[in-house]
Amino acid sequence: MSNILAFIEVSNTGQIRKSARSLLTAAAALGTPVAVVATAPGTGGSLVDELGALGAEQVYLAESDQLGTLLVAAQLEALTAAAAELAPAGILLSNSIEGRDIAGRLAVRLGAGLVVDAVDVRLEGGQILATQSVFGGAYTVESAVDGGPAIVTVRQGAIEGQAPAATPTVTAASVATNAAHSAVIDAVNDATTTSTRPELRDAPKIVSGGRGLGSKEKFVLVEQLADALGAAVGASRAAVDSGFIPQTSQVGQTGVTVSPQLYVALGISGAIQHRAGMQTAKTIVAINKDADAPIFEIADFGVVGDVFTVVPQLIEAMAARAN
Amino acid sequence: MKIIVLVKQVPDTYGERKLDPSTGLLDREASDTIVDEINERALEVALRYKDKNKGTEVVALSMGPASATAALRKALSMGADSAVHVLDDGLSGSDLGWTSTALAAAVAQTGYDLIIAGNESTDGRGGVVPVMLAEHLNLPHLSFLDSVGFNEDVVSGERGTESGSLAAHAPLPAVVSVTERAAEARFPNFKGMMTAKRKPLAVLTLSDLGLDPAQAFAGVGRSVIKTTIERPARTAGRKIIDEGNAGVELAEFLAAGRLI
Repeated sequence: MSNILAFIEVSNTGQIRKSARSLLTAAAALGTPVAVVATAPGTGGSLVDELGALGAEQVYLAESDQLGTLLVAAQLEALTAAAAELAPAGILLSNSIEGRDIAGRLAVRLGAGLVVDAVDVRLEGGQILATQSVFGGAYTVESAVDGGPAIVTVRQGAIEGQAPAATPTVTAASVATNAAHSAVIDAVNDATTTSTRPELRDAPKIVSGGRGLGSKEKFVLVEQLADALGAAVGASRAAVDSGFIPQTSQVGQTGVTVSPQLYVALGISGAIQHRAGMQTAKTIVAINKDADAPIFEIADFGVVGDVFTVVPQLIEAMAARAN
Repeated sequence: MKIIVLVKQVPDTYGERKLDPSTGLLDREASDTIVDEINERALEVALRYKDKNKGTEVVALSMGPASATAALRKALSMGADSAVHVLDDGLSGSDLGWTSTALAAAVAQTGYDLIIAGNESTDGRGGVVPVMLAEHLNLPHLSFLDSVGFNEDVVSGERGTESGSLAAHAPLPAVVSVTERAAEARFPNFKGMMTAKRKPLAVLTLSDLGLDPAQAFAGVGRSVIKTTIERPARTAGRKIIDEGNAGVELAEFLAAGRLI
């Protein structure tokens, strides 16, 4: 079986990012999964067991003392070195900002074909096929890469399951970076979120609020329902632009694209740009005062009514059922 | 200082967007086309610098079919000084690799101190062309910037990470891409619209760029579309008007679907 590289992102504090599981799962479906990690010298060993548990049969530790000082430079060199040494048929990265930065530069460097934001990958006749969900899920497009390895960035939260655990072999290599071609990192601010809510990108349930909530103070209703459902909190662009909630929670064309089991839209009219980010949800529930709101066109269950009376009653009814 | 702003003509997200199922390519007849909103914001970043620094030259550069001229005229009406249109039938259906190769040749020929792009287009949503350009040109990049500032020597900015944000800087020349948080775009004024018609708009073909498709793209991996399937449109389910009991009915619906 061909080697398939999975680029593992690591946080500023050395934690493996959540995307590692889905990347190794996808890699295992295509060939021999090899985890590639850029680490500071001597620090990568502690990650090996964790990556083996996620299915990595080999762990390639690329050590650089420039990690964290140059923007994605050490990570790019890590994958370049691993690709040269392991002749992979495929290279998988997260479709995060960091993942796309590395994938784009690597594709040019290797002269390799690139498919971004894949929601699935599979092997057919020895060729890697990547599925993309285009125009907010209106189309499903399957692509292959002709000539050389396929570089694919994988949408966060799109691939489920977990590869069987393995006891990985470990390769360590030292990589040098070219500071002249890299931006320099000045500061990293890790937001200290105390939220226990699930992350928006891969949450199975999401409650989103729109302009109809009226104010930042009243937006708390969205959070109350989210907590009652164990859901993540999202928002329409209108709610973000009105300052009800930070932009990181924006669902839609220019925000996060989500595909949860349940999507509850509160006071969201359902502009086409918002729908593009959530219409592949399995079940859509909408509550809106305006009976003509376009969100009702795609809702499995729509309530024409005031969110401030319907939602408290819903929370109460859920609590009554739980007892 | 010479700033190139990358511009892409895209189907309007307010309308229906279609792919041609036989080729997987955009059906350009199916929708109205506009300048991608994110490019207007990128242009705004350049124009704000130009407003404060006389002698700044802003060039809008696009690769696309003949109709992309309209996108470039819009950029000129907003305040760009000149435009470059990379236009060649040999570029039809370009993947990310071909696109970035052609754009790299075009910006190199045009000359620049700084290249500003939108972080990702609303149609392809790739978000990789700016960094691919940077790799072709051996330049540093700063992508997905929520805020950006620069002078003649250095560009700096902040972007989001999985767990917060980071600040970085790079010496010029460099490639940056900006998110929709970076700047609110201006509207073209009457004078801008009148003068846009007289501003220079150069058209470059692959041969003008010294690119022979047979050679430039030989040995380069390509992504090739195999199948394109239109998802059936979602239909409306049950819709009720709240008469005092909708919260309870909704709870029943969720319970029936095992969602609570």
